[in-house]
Amino acid sequence: MSLQALKVPKWGLSMEEGAVVEWHVAEGAEVGVGDELLEVETSKIANAVESPVAGRVVRIVAQPGETLAVGGLLAVIAQAGASPDAAEIDAFVADFQASFVPGGDDEGAGSSGPQTLEIDGARISYLTAGGGEATPLVLVHGFGGDANNWLFNLTELAVSRPVFALDLPGHGASTKAVGEGSVAALAEALLGFLAALKLPRVHLAGHSLGGAVALEATRRAPERVASLALLAPAGLGERINGGYLQGFIAAQSRRDMKPVLAQLFCDQALVSRDMIEDILKYKRLDGVTEALETLSAGIFPAGRQAAALRGVLEDPARPVLVIWGREDAIASPADADGLPAHVRVEVLDSVGHMPHMEAAGQVNRLLQEHLG
Amino acid sequence: MAKKTIREAINEALRQEMARDPDIIIIGEDVSGGAGGSGEEDAYGGVMGVTKGLIGEFGRERVIDTPISESAIMGAAAGAATTGLRPVAELMFVDFVGVCFDQIMNQAAKFRYMFGGKARTPMVLRTMIGAGFRAAAQHSQSLYHLFTAVPGLKCVMPSNAYDAKGLMIQAIRDDDPVIFFEHKALYDIADEVPDEAYTIPFGEANFTREGDDVTIVAFSRMVHIANEVADKLAREGVSVEVLDPRTSSPLDSDSILESVEKTGRLVIVDESAARCGLAGDIAGMVAQEGFEFLRGPIRQVTVPHTPVPFAPTLEDAYIPSPAKVEAAVRQLLDSKRRRMSA
Repeated sequence: MSLQALKVPKWGLSMEEGAVVEWHVAEGAEVGVGDELLEVETSKIANAVESPVAGRVVRIVAQPGETLAVGGLLAVIAQAGASPDAAEIDAFVADFQASFVPGGDDEGAGSSGPQTLEIDGARISYLTAGGGEATPLVLVHGFGGDANNWLFNLTELAVSRPVFALDLPGHGASTKAVGEGSVAALAEALLGFLAALKLPRVHLAGHSLGGAVALEATRRAPERVASLALLAPAGLGERINGGYLQGFIAAQSRRDMKPVLAQLFCDQALVSRDMIEDILKYKRLDGVTEALETLSAGIFPAGRQAAALRGVLEDPARPVLVIWGREDAIASPADADGLPAHVRVEVLDSVGHMPHMEAAGQVNRLLQEHLG
Repeated sequence: MAKKTIREAINEALRQEMARDPDIIIIGEDVSGGAGGSGEEDAYGGVMGVTKGLIGEFGRERVIDTPISESAIMGAAAGAATTGLRPVAELMFVDFVGVCFDQIMNQAAKFRYMFGGKARTPMVLRTMIGAGFRAAAQHSQSLYHLFTAVPGLKCVMPSNAYDAKGLMIQAIRDDDPVIFFEHKALYDIADEVPDEAYTIPFGEANFTREGDDVTIVAFSRMVHIANEVADKLAREGVSVEVLDPRTSSPLDSDSILESVEKTGRLVIVDESAARCGLAGDIAGMVAQEGFEFLRGPIRQVTVPHTPVPFAPTLEDAYIPSPAKVEAAVRQLLDSKRRRMSA
């Protein structure tokens, strides 16, 4: 088939529709794989839709301001070398629209909803997508986050391997008991999760606190970790934005939470009411405030990082990718200075503390390269 | 996450809290039904089934069926609360408050104040509000404005199941008397509700729709009507913001003013009363605190100043309808166009 449909992607389980904000290309534009074609906005967040193929945009179907169901037709792309006439394109669009059932599309829905494991009596919730024989990838979120932080990455990365994203203890839908609240305790929980899923060897990708957890798990069980990807990780330096941590723990209302979350992003307009509301919903759960206070006191005592884990990166046999936003206001990209030569460090311009959300396409490509 | 109805969400909140805290009791007419008589125990679980199953789990000592005496129920609850229990008392229909308002207004609401802060009254009064049930003038009112006017009472009116559970748990854990208004027409409304216990703080409005052109403030069932209008007008390119204050006392005035500052236009949809109701209260607050934000008159869509009619056609006409709310929004937008073309 020389014509390909560009569809509204499904970012996260709750996404049902997306609105076209603006097109970055015009009809007739030649595009490459990964080129950002347009901006789509959900009630939670906006993100770029990238071209899945190389070719030419022969028809823009959805105009700015239009809201489409997930899987709905945004544009038609003719693959490189093809030159369809207008009638062929019309027929393609008509066929697509005639057979399209909103909500009936399972594309991108590779993740089937949260799963739950009981590990030593503690509930661990996780998302999973993809399959096959390749070494699985496990995604570990940061302080106050959850598996849904990977909404732009989970299914994208699952194209070539099984991917798991867990809610750490104290977070998401997992148990709110965090024990002593140390990086070591969280790393043990992560290793317990791998054991429960019978994953003998995995790639680990950790964001922020999740980076330190991935490092500590690697230190404890190096044979189980094929590679490490660290996004704005903790564990490589001492400094951390203690004001952010305390603000996140203290904020109970939308008005208090908004300026706290704004610190996470370079583009602060990404903080939507729905994003704030989701975080407040988490914070309102019994036990969360206590869990966050315990974790903060144990992991970031007196506003400094307690765990020093740079040594874990010494082994040249284990590939390591470090991704950092240059505008990170929570943890400093300077922490990536002076790492061993085999560690690949990518510092992204105009990106804050959430590179996997704010520069999702770029981060997904770097991760795919890193994972091979 | 599992979808639960408002009925199930409130039941789950009561069950989880009663399991957590043995001081919580339930007291009211037919809250189990059949207890102590010749009938089947738990035959009702409350007239709408909200407390169904609790007597089986927690026993007659904690789920107490009472005689038909609202003054006794409220007096017992207020007294029990001051001794350290946490009663959840049911006033079946809010319309019955006439016979027990002293226990609420002059007793429960006043204890903390009149005993110099040394007494606490951690009671919850659950009660049903709302027209549309063909239940006539004495079983259909939405009298939350009466309670909102009384200092010392906190007034809560959830519009969805997520809020119902979190607000109920907050109400039970609160150390002051909380009046919890349940709209009869909403019990089967379902949405995603966490299995875990959680609390929603009082005085924090929920934005159910975001928009730039007009703000609608609505309570309880009226939130759904406002959302319906917002969704319809969105298809015409009109951007309506809908705020559900969730609690009328305390009231999240800051969020209302923040929204009106952005939109400049305010419609309030309120089932309580045409006179001295919540709509008038909020309109007065915005006129006083946010007059400079307004680009047109504040529109109030309320019930008329009449008893709730029993005749079905008249009852339907009594309730603020989507058509009336839409007309109010359009009036505000029309005055904008007129001014722009002048």
